[in-house]
Amino acid sequence: MRQKSIELYTDNPEEEFAVSGHRACQGCAEILAVRLALKVFGKNTIIVMATGCMEIISTPLPTTNWTLPWIHVAFENAAAVASGIEGALRILMEKNKIPREDIRVVAMAGDGGTSDIGLQALSGALERGHKFTYMCLDNEAYMNTGIQRSSATPYGASTTTSPPGKKSIGQATWKKDMAKIAVAHNIPYVATACPSYPFDLFSKVKKARMAEGPSYLHILSVCPTGWRIPTDLAIEYGKLAVRTGVFPLYEVENGQYKITHSPEPLKSVKEYIKGQGRFKHLNDEQIAKIQERVTKEWANLKSRCELK
Amino acid sequence: MKKGIEVSIAASIAAKLARVEVIAAYPITPQTHIVEHLSEIVANGELDAVYINVESEHSAMSACCGSSAAGARTFTSTSAQGLELMHEILFIASGMRLPIVMATVNRALSSPLSIWGDHSDVMAARDSGWIMLFCENGQEVVDMIIMAFRIAEDRGVLLPVMVNLDGFSLSHVIEPIELPSQMMVDKFLPPYNPLYTLHPNKPVTMGAYAMPELYTEAKYAQEMAIINSKEVIKKAMDEFGKQFARQYKPVETYNTDNADFVFIALGSIGENIKTAIDELKEGGKNAGLVQLRLFRPFPSDELLSVLKDKKRIAVIERVMPAGAANGPLYQEIASLMCVHNMNVQMDNYIVGLGGRDVLPESFTDIFNGTAHEESTVPVRDKNFKVIGVRG
Ligand SMILES: Cc1ncc(C[n+]2csc(CCOP(=O)(O)OP(=O)(O)O)c2C)c(N)n1
Ligand code: SF4
Repeated sequence: MRQKSIELYTDNPEEEFAVSGHRACQGCAEILAVRLALKVFGKNTIIVMATGCMEIISTPLPTTNWTLPWIHVAFENAAAVASGIEGALRILMEKNKIPREDIRVVAMAGDGGTSDIGLQALSGALERGHKFTYMCLDNEAYMNTGIQRSSATPYGASTTTSPPGKKSIGQATWKKDMAKIAVAHNIPYVATACPSYPFDLFSKVKKARMAEGPSYLHILSVCPTGWRIPTDLAIEYGKLAVRTGVFPLYEVENGQYKITHSPEPLKSVKEYIKGQGRFKHLNDEQIAKIQERVTKEWANLKSRCELK
Repeated sequence: MKKGIEVSIAASIAAKLARVEVIAAYPITPQTHIVEHLSEIVANGELDAVYINVESEHSAMSACCGSSAAGARTFTSTSAQGLELMHEILFIASGMRLPIVMATVNRALSSPLSIWGDHSDVMAARDSGWIMLFCENGQEVVDMIIMAFRIAEDRGVLLPVMVNLDGFSLSHVIEPIELPSQMMVDKFLPPYNPLYTLHPNKPVTMGAYAMPELYTEAKYAQEMAIINSKEVIKKAMDEFGKQFARQYKPVETYNTDNADFVFIALGSIGENIKTAIDELKEGGKNAGLVQLRLFRPFPSDELLSVLKDKKRIAVIERVMPAGAANGPLYQEIASLMCVHNMNVQMDNYIVGLGGRDVLPESFTDIFNGTAHEESTVPVRDKNFKVIGVRG
């Protein structure tokens, strides 16, 4: 296992495709996830990016953070733009207008651009079977516009549009399960990942890159700004999310579920929740409710893996 | 040789003759025949193209942006609500200077729901940075689609082009149309040779954001591009005329030389106005027609030279200018007149909304001052007249 991980690491080029000079907040795990993933995607990659933090921090005209071809069109359409690029590459290669090469189109969007406004375009692109990878950079809110709730915001979290108050617990609904929605499209490869587990991330990006059809990566990207945690703790909180079962690491290859990192015995959810400003208003009873849900979902995921 | 063909089918054949490489489209009445026929052409291997069955018009225009940015000749088509759903991306396509061509089959907007023709859709998109051409008949639709690619892809232009044709009254009629040969089209329209593409061999960043220090400059550059495109458009029309023996101009006229009174209109309604003009002529009266083939960039100079010695102008529009002082076409012409100190009697008539028939009589009545007209909003500064409103 260790041996393989090191190979995965050294396989990656030293070359950076998301270079320094961008304006992400200190400790942002989202840009880290992008940077690491691009190393595995490699040079033959075209990036399509939705409006969101990553776009805004990386391309103020006339500068750019990207050494790969990169395009941003709008907030909700990264998957549709990727469809067009993939179609164009296919026909241009067929007509010998450009050399035949294995170029991967990668669409990236936040959890808002994926699970809310971009869900239709994503579903369309997955259903049509375009050969591309979609990466959801899930920081659990609309960070670019100032920490508003999305359908991927966890239950109980405080955001600027789901504030806790006399009549509100904060976010009142459970996090939408995007990976499961992607799996329902019967695509070759779906995985969850987190840059706190870089080797696991590398191996999944590699599989997503090689998929003969659409692949979907759901990447938990800790956002110190929105989660109200110290900037040096992004990696730590990513680990806690995995170790508590809040964000399990798994993959689904051609419909087969596999947990790629088992954190059992799970740590208590409280450990994950307690240091985060966005959850600081929650009482023990509310935390217990979250714990109950997490335990149930973990068992649910395990049972799906045992079905093999 | 001309042969009878449905205009929508002819439009799809024109796209084929232009050798489009990617089509991303979503069906909507009355555009459906165009995309249905194109998908058949692709399915039968008559055209080497990728047809992307997107799940919405928003994604159609988004996919077109992607494919055009990757260097493929790209075509789509829509109508009404479809154009509205694309609205956001229309501006991005033009701002990114992507030479996409779209046939817009003009149709009324909801609500109330109406599938029939008028210009509500295109007028709501008129300032989206697209070059806009309007067709009067099926032959023009074919010729404009072919010309549109040549204009859009010109290195001095690089802007998307919309070819407008009226829903049903043009899209669904069978007309005698001459389809040019592939050889002739190939001679007129070279393959798309993009300046920048999304390719790892030469990475570029497209669609970056601009801080306030740069946004104005970027928009100004785009504005200059569309203003300067007029010369390219005229040249394309001239060369098309030379090669295909069908001559087009940004502003077309009919019987304007001897007339003090002119109608100004867009699209297929021109044919009915011409019939009215012929009837008036038989009665010894002279009226002319000014047709804007080009609406964006606005052909100000060409219009001025036609209108300079006119006494009365009737601007005919097929859109209800909600809350505005006048219709969009009237407003443009009025501002032109104002800037050039031309004092002409100008009236604004709203006709044919949501597919309402407009017969030549309406125009003879307008000329004679006997049209049944009723302004829906009796506000003093509002001087458009809606023709044929029932009480
Ligand atoms: C149609 C549209 N609606 C709203 C916006 C404003 N907007 C830009 S980015 C954004 C939120 C992005 O959130 P997410 O996708 O989660 O990415 P993050 O910034 O958190 O990485 C919003 C609401 C927009 N650009 N376009
Ligand atoms: S707001 Fe969050 S996601 Fe956005 S750049 Fe800052 S840390 Fe990263």
